[in-house]
Amino acid sequence: MALDVLWLSLRYAGLAALFSIPPAVLLAYILARRQSPGRDLLDAAASIPLALPAAVLVYYLLTRLGLLPVAFTWRRAVAVSVIYTLPLVMHMARAGLTLVDHSFENAARTLGASEWRVFWRITVPLAWRTLLAAILAGAARALADFGITAMVAMASNATQTAALLLLISAAVLAALYAGNRLQRGQAPA
Amino acid sequence: MIQARVAVPGLEVEFQAGSGITALFGPAGAGKTLLLDAIAGVLRPRSGRIILDDEILFDGVARVNLPPRRRHCGYVSRQWALFPHMSLRDNLLFPIARLARLERRRRVKEMLERFSLEQAASRRPESASPAERLRCVFARALIGEPKLLLVDEPSRGLDTGLRAEWHTILRRVREETSLPVLLATRDLETCFELAGNMLLLDAGRILQSGPARKVLDQPASIEAARLLGIRNLFPAEIVALDPGRNTSRLRLETFELAGPYFPGRLLGDRVWLCMQPGELLVRPHNGAKPQSNQVAARLERALEMPRSVRLEFAGAIVADIARPEFELQKDNKEWLVEFPPHALRVL
Repeated sequence: MALDVLWLSLRYAGLAALFSIPPAVLLAYILARRQSPGRDLLDAAASIPLALPAAVLVYYLLTRLGLLPVAFTWRRAVAVSVIYTLPLVMHMARAGLTLVDHSFENAARTLGASEWRVFWRITVPLAWRTLLAAILAGAARALADFGITAMVAMASNATQTAALLLLISAAVLAALYAGNRLQRGQAPA
Repeated sequence: MIQARVAVPGLEVEFQAGSGITALFGPAGAGKTLLLDAIAGVLRPRSGRIILDDEILFDGVARVNLPPRRRHCGYVSRQWALFPHMSLRDNLLFPIARLARLERRRRVKEMLERFSLEQAASRRPESASPAERLRCVFARALIGEPKLLLVDEPSRGLDTGLRAEWHTILRRVREETSLPVLLATRDLETCFELAGNMLLLDAGRILQSGPARKVLDQPASIEAARLLGIRNLFPAEIVALDPGRNTSRLRLETFELAGPYFPGRLLGDRVWLCMQPGELLVRPHNGAKPQSNQVAARLERALEMPRSVRLEFAGAIVADIARPEFELQKDNKEWLVEFPPHALRVL
């Protein structure tokens, strides 16, 4: 039972990470590099979920959007998790992308590279540590979300809940630890 | 051939340059890098028109603005910007990724040989020597066979060894190709050693342009003369002009000088007398009365230069003298400074 629940958590956390990380990194790149008029507004809008308590958002989504009394399906759970994970990953990724020296990107452009190629061959490899740290933090966040959901679902069995709590905590800890090490410029041992 | 009229905030210039090296000479903040960035396409000018050979790279009116990748400009920027996560060989492969494999190999091999980089090819930039990095930056800029090479001298300055390497590479580019090169530099010696033509840039505008030698010999204005580091600049008035005998007289603050006829000048014109320190003749003053065009001057300071001694006299007169000559007279304070008439130039 506990393993089933853990597997469920990992699966949905993985899905949430998958749906939130690519748009978050793309948004981070746009915010870090492009001079567009709505940049600050976009930045603020994308950060709103960070400023709202999770309970408020969940309540809003469930009531105002008419989701109650519909059952809490996994799709909706993933959607809520994505809304929370995206700004976190975006902020961390943006910090990493901002640190990449423009002169490398400009050199690549003058050497005939398209914007797509500049992003994949220059920006991402130069910012990979922070990007990976951001992805790990996002995954840990999503996992923690689903851990709680899953534990509530199986609250009747105290021993299994404790075991699951330990497993999820260990996974989150490992992800965050690796992320921190990466951000400081050291590869995890 | 590059023709450019570029206006960006802080820069407004118009020029054209053909094959060979054209130096953009000016102090820091003159707009040299802005101009190179605008031509390379990494900076969008506010207005203007840039044409390379027959292709319009930028036209503010027609709203043409080719992206950097389609401009065919090799750019050696101030930062060099060798990609730190690639080996030197991969840095060379980056601009030619679209070519067929055999052609890529051929070009990389040729460049590695031409720039003596075979030994360092598999190293990352951080473990290559500064000279190897420098050669690789030029090889990378040239491997895509650009139509124009833009070179920005590093702002930190190069040490003597690297400067020699830098000069060697540029001289070879000039000799081996007919590629037009725009070289931004703050070093006058670099201009004269390498460049056929120069543009004198100050505060975002071109003060003077033309063959490098001519620009130094005949600065067009007092600002140009100051920029070129000409030290002897004195306000003067033309008090006599005789085209028949090809003579003139200039009255300076405390003395008068005889000079050649100055075409285009009128009697009573206020001008600047301009002389290079090396053009003045100096000898110790042994008490005799100064001859024509000689002025008695008191030595205030003697500065060691790499190949001579620079003497600074009262009245802001500066002259260069050969070291052995100065050694014989180094305790002497009273000197005679001669302004040879043929070397007098007015601005």
